[in-house]
Amino acid sequence: MTEQLTPEKIIKSFKDEFKTKIKDSRIEKHVAGSKKNELIHIWLNIDKSVFKKAIKHVVKLEKYPHLAVVSGYDMGKTIDLIYHFSIYYGERTKEISINITIELPKNNPVIETITDLIPGALITEQEKQEMLGVKVKGIPKDERVFIPNDFPKGVYPWRKDETGPDKMVRNLHEVKK
Amino acid sequence: MSPKTTKTTYTLPIGPIHPALKEPVAFEFEIDGERIIDVDVSLGHIHRSIEWAGMRRNPIQNLYLAERICGICSYCHPMAFALAVERAAGIEVPERADYLRVVQAELERICSHTLWAGVAAHEIGFDSVLFLTWQIREKALDLTEYLTGNRVTKAITMIGGVRRDITKDMIPKITETLNYLKDNFEKLRHVYLDDKTFKMRSQGCGILTKEDALGLCACGPTTRASGVKKDVRLDQPYFAFNDLDFDYVTPDILTGEVNGDVYDRIIVRLLEVKQSIELIEQCLDQMPEGDIVSEPKIAKLLSTLKKVKGEGIGRMEAPRGEVFHYVKLDGNEYPYCWKVRAPTYSNILPWIPMLRGEQIADIPIVAASTDPCMSCTNRVAIVDADKKYELNKEQLHRLSVEKTRRLMK
Repeated sequence: MTEQLTPEKIIKSFKDEFKTKIKDSRIEKHVAGSKKNELIHIWLNIDKSVFKKAIKHVVKLEKYPHLAVVSGYDMGKTIDLIYHFSIYYGERTKEISINITIELPKNNPVIETITDLIPGALITEQEKQEMLGVKVKGIPKDERVFIPNDFPKGVYPWRKDETGPDKMVRNLHEVKK
Repeated sequence: MSPKTTKTTYTLPIGPIHPALKEPVAFEFEIDGERIIDVDVSLGHIHRSIEWAGMRRNPIQNLYLAERICGICSYCHPMAFALAVERAAGIEVPERADYLRVVQAELERICSHTLWAGVAAHEIGFDSVLFLTWQIREKALDLTEYLTGNRVTKAITMIGGVRRDITKDMIPKITETLNYLKDNFEKLRHVYLDDKTFKMRSQGCGILTKEDALGLCACGPTTRASGVKKDVRLDQPYFAFNDLDFDYVTPDILTGEVNGDVYDRIIVRLLEVKQSIELIEQCLDQMPEGDIVSEPKIAKLLSTLKKVKGEGIGRMEAPRGEVFHYVKLDGNEYPYCWKVRAPTYSNILPWIPMLRGEQIADIPIVAASTDPCMSCTNRVAIVDADKKYELNKEQLHRLSVEKTRRLMK
C-alpha cells in the first residue's frame, strides 16, 4: 500500500504536477459526534486539458479510487462536471473525499472517458451524456441508460437553456381530460 | 442469418419487471443451454425525474421528496440530502442529534437486512423462512413506528438535526424490542448459515472477486462480502459513529475465508443486523443531553438557506451501501443542482461478473444477493432463434424452487 498523504500534501502533489492548470483548490473540514472527528473533503477545479492526467494522478494516490458518481450542472456558458472520488478507505477515519470539477465549454462539451482507469464509471458517464448533452470520447457503451430510446434527441433534462426539457413539462391542471 | 445456420447460444431478456428485482431493470442474457455466457443490463424503467423536481422545490420540501426515492431507505436519502445542505450552509448539528440519527440509521438497517433475508429465502423456495424472518422484522417495524410515528416513510429528518427525541420513558420499550431481536438472531443465524440446502444454493454461486468489486466501485455489503473493507460509517465517520465501538464486517470474521459468493453476502448482512442492535444499545447508553435540532423554526431555517451560496456532499452508509448526495445552493430558494446516487447505482455493474457462468435458475438469488432496491412482479421472455416463448414470474420462481428440491434429494 502506498503512503497516505495529508490533505494539504494531496493538494500540493496536484499543484506540483499540474501547476497553473489547477484553477482552484480548497479543503473542507467538518466535525461529527462527541469526539469531534474530522471529515475531510477536498475540492479541486482543474483545467480540462489535464483532466485525464489528473484522474491518473488520483489512481496513483489510491490504486482503486472509489468513484461515487459524476454530478454536473449547466452554468450558462459552461457545463461543469464534478467527479466525486474517495480514497484511503479501509481504515477508520482515514478516508478522504476528493471532488474534481471540470468546466466544459457549452459549444463543445467533450470529455475523455475514464472507464479504462475505473471500469465502474460507465453508468455515470452514460448518464452525463444523456442528461447534460456532454460527449464522452471513447465510452465503451455509447447508449442511453436512464432515458428511453423514444425520448426526443437534442433534449437534455439537466440543461437550463433552450435544449432543456421545459417545453415538455405539462402541469397536471392544464391537461385536458 | 440464413435459415440453415444453427445458433449455439440464445438470448434471454429478463425484466424490466422481474421477480428478484424490487425496481424495474432489464437484463439481456446470452445463454448456452443452462449456462449464462454474458449479461447486458439496461436501466431507467422507473426514472421519475426526482432530481429535476428537487431543483424546483425548497430544501425542506426536498426532504420529503427525497424520502420517496426509496421505500426501504426512506431515512438514508433525506438524511444524506440534509448532510449535504448542512455542509454547504455550515450548519452545526447538536451532539444529541448525532446520536439520535445513529439510532434511526441502524434501526433502518435492521429492517432492511431482515427484509432482504426473507426475500432471499423466498427466491430459493423457503417460504416458511420468509415468514419466520418477517415475523421477527415486524417487531423492528413496530419500534420504528413507536420512535417516528410511522412504519415506512418516517419523516424524522430535519436539516440540522432530527424531529423527534427519545425520552427516558421510551427506553424500556426499545430495550424490550432489542432483546427480542437478539434472542431471535441466533435462530436466524442457524437457519441461514448452518442449513445444508442454503449452503448448497449459495456457496460458490454468484462470485464477485475482490478486484472486480474494487474496479467496478461496488459498495456496501456487496463489496464487503468480497473482502473489501469499505464502510462509510468507519472510513469517514459521520453522526456519532466514531464514538461507538464496532468494526468492518467481512465474511472471514465468521468463516476465516472470503469467497465473495452469495453465502458470504448472507453472512455479512446477518452479522450487520447483530452489529446494528449493539450500536443502538451503545447509543442509548452514551447519548448526551441537549437539543435535537439546531434551528427549530423552519421558516427561519429556510430564510437562512435562501442566502447560502455553496456546495456540499452528503455520504451515508445505507443498508445497501454508500448513498451519495451532492447539493449546490446559489442564493435562491431552490437548490441549483441536486445529484442523488443510490447504492444500487454502483452495484449494477458487479452483477455482470457475478452472473457469468451461472445457471438460469440461479438468476433470482444472484440478482437478489446485491439487495437491489426494487419491487414488482414479472415476466420473462426467452427468445430462441425463431421461436419465442415467455416465462412469467411464477414459472421462473418455480425453476428456482425445483433446483432447491433437486439438491435436497
